Amino acid sequence: MGWFSTTPFLNVPDSTQITYRKSSWWKLNQQRLTPWIFLFPGLLLFLVYVIWPIFNSLYISLLQWDGLSPAIYVGLSNYIELLDDEYFYISLMNNLKWLILFMLAVPIGLGLAIFLNQTIFGIRLIKSLFFFPFVISQVVIGIIFSWFYNPRGVIGPFLDKLGLSNYAILADENFATYGIIFAGIYPQIAYCMILYLTGLNNLNTDQIEAGRMDGAKGLSLFKNIILPQLKPATFLAIVVTVIGSLRSFDMVAIMTQGGPYGSTNVLAYYMFETALSEYGYRMGYGSAIAAVLFTIMMFYILFFIYRMYQSEKKGL
Amino acid sequence: MFPIPIQKRPLINRISYKILVPVSLFVWLIPLIGIMLTSIRGLGDITAGNYWGIPSEFLLFSNIKDVFQNTPMLSYIINSFKITIPTVIGAVAISCMTGFALASYKFKANLFIFFTFIAGNFVPFQILMIPVRDLTFQMGLYDTVTGLVLFHVAFQTGFCTLFMRNFIKALPNELFEAARIDGTSEFNIFLKIVVPLTRPAIAALSVLIFTFIWNDFFWATVLIQGQHAMPITAGLKSLNGQWVTVYHLLSAGSIIAAVPPVIMFFLMQKHFIAGLTLGASKG
Repeated sequence: MGWFSTTPFLNVPDSTQITYRKSSWWKLNQQRLTPWIFLFPGLLLFLVYVIWPIFNSLYISLLQWDGLSPAIYVGLSNYIELLDDEYFYISLMNNLKWLILFMLAVPIGLGLAIFLNQTIFGIRLIKSLFFFPFVISQVVIGIIFSWFYNPRGVIGPFLDKLGLSNYAILADENFATYGIIFAGIYPQIAYCMILYLTGLNNLNTDQIEAGRMDGAKGLSLFKNIILPQLKPATFLAIVVTVIGSLRSFDMVAIMTQGGPYGSTNVLAYYMFETALSEYGYRMGYGSAIAAVLFTIMMFYILFFIYRMYQSEKKGL
Repeated sequence: MFPIPIQKRPLINRISYKILVPVSLFVWLIPLIGIMLTSIRGLGDITAGNYWGIPSEFLLFSNIKDVFQNTPMLSYIINSFKITIPTVIGAVAISCMTGFALASYKFKANLFIFFTFIAGNFVPFQILMIPVRDLTFQMGLYDTVTGLVLFHVAFQTGFCTLFMRNFIKALPNELFEAARIDGTSEFNIFLKIVVPLTRPAIAALSVLIFTFIWNDFFWATVLIQGQHAMPITAGLKSLNGQWVTVYHLLSAGSIIAAVPPVIMFFLMQKHFIAGLTLGASKG
């Protein structure tokens, strides 16, 4: 024990009195101040780079500004212009398509996870190979699929047999978006699968056995006993899939850049295009698009936070 | 165990399962197999439309050499490392501190700050784009690795804090209390107790953030313009434009870009999955 040591019996220098007082002030306040000292660097960076920009963007959406010359305050006119913008509606609709179709990643991921939740030789390697597409950059996935869809590329020979020679899905304004979504969902399925594999790994064996004793089998066992236990995994899978679907920027940028004729635009890409690409530097208009995207997302974030808050309150 | 272990099923099921698994794996990986096959082909195969047959030449190494010689691929890769490694170190170090502060001290703003970090983490990038680009310009850091790293560290702090805080929260609080009674200062509690105990979380976060940042494309496009600072994702995209028909080189480039995260994943698989599935098994 500390007090038992020899220190008190040594010759104590005169300054002890002062250091003692200092440390006692620190000791009194240490508990109160320490968290703020630890929070300072992270909080500062986060406020400067994440929180403040949100409000700044909302403000910029009320301006007419090319990023260089002085900005002019124009009130809500950017938003009013949005209401008449055909490309805005196309992008919004495409976001909706992304969202709905992306949700398929959740049941497909669950199916794959159930399929692979066995212990046969080499299953660990097989599971990680299934997970592979998620590790690779979306840019690479986009390149792979563009080349895949190229009529003179991989599926060309197969399309020829179907009588669709030279058909390029990415050049077809009616179907190009689906082509991109298909590519985008590929890594997302892998993510959902891994979430469910973890969930399946942590199932309560007793409950399952009890259920089986009671004669629950197949679908009814799955519905009544397995699925409720997988709820945390499902929740997380839905959360990451919704976020993934709204962050569709990379795929669109690589595969079509919004074309043909803007038919594959999504809000994320359209915003970038209006604000930063050769189509012009309309910061205010771009911010208005971003604000719409943000508002949609905000509902979702609040729902998530609310759920986390509930479980935190339970935990405290 | 769900579903019923295949070993307890009739023989016919067992056999068909063992056939079905590799077949489905093959189908699942067709896009990746395709790109690998393409990367070993020569121009002859590509123009002749031989995409799925046996490659007439094995040119993987010469294609890779071509990519390195005729494009700035090497500098892209170096830039990717220059961006990724400092971001990992920065974000993990900072979030160890924020995570500790939020996990083991009670103060009024605690939950509010915690939820701010979480909420910020889900925000769509586009709402940050213009102000962040502007800020980076004003600091004279536009088109530099430093500017991109600073933003990445700041943004990743959100996710990392959530992760670290939950991990530290699950550690037994008595440990800290005992140390406090012994007169250990708060800083020493952090350095001597918390940091060593969070090593698994630090490992998991490091691999995850490495992969996220390595694969980032959006911010590299927004904050970087020139080759001198461009990471491999943005570099590949610019090559994609130039090489519409030279798929064998593009494929080789893509494979080069995919190697580091793939190696990282295989080396640290357990940590990677533990990090990614945080919360998937408990409410």
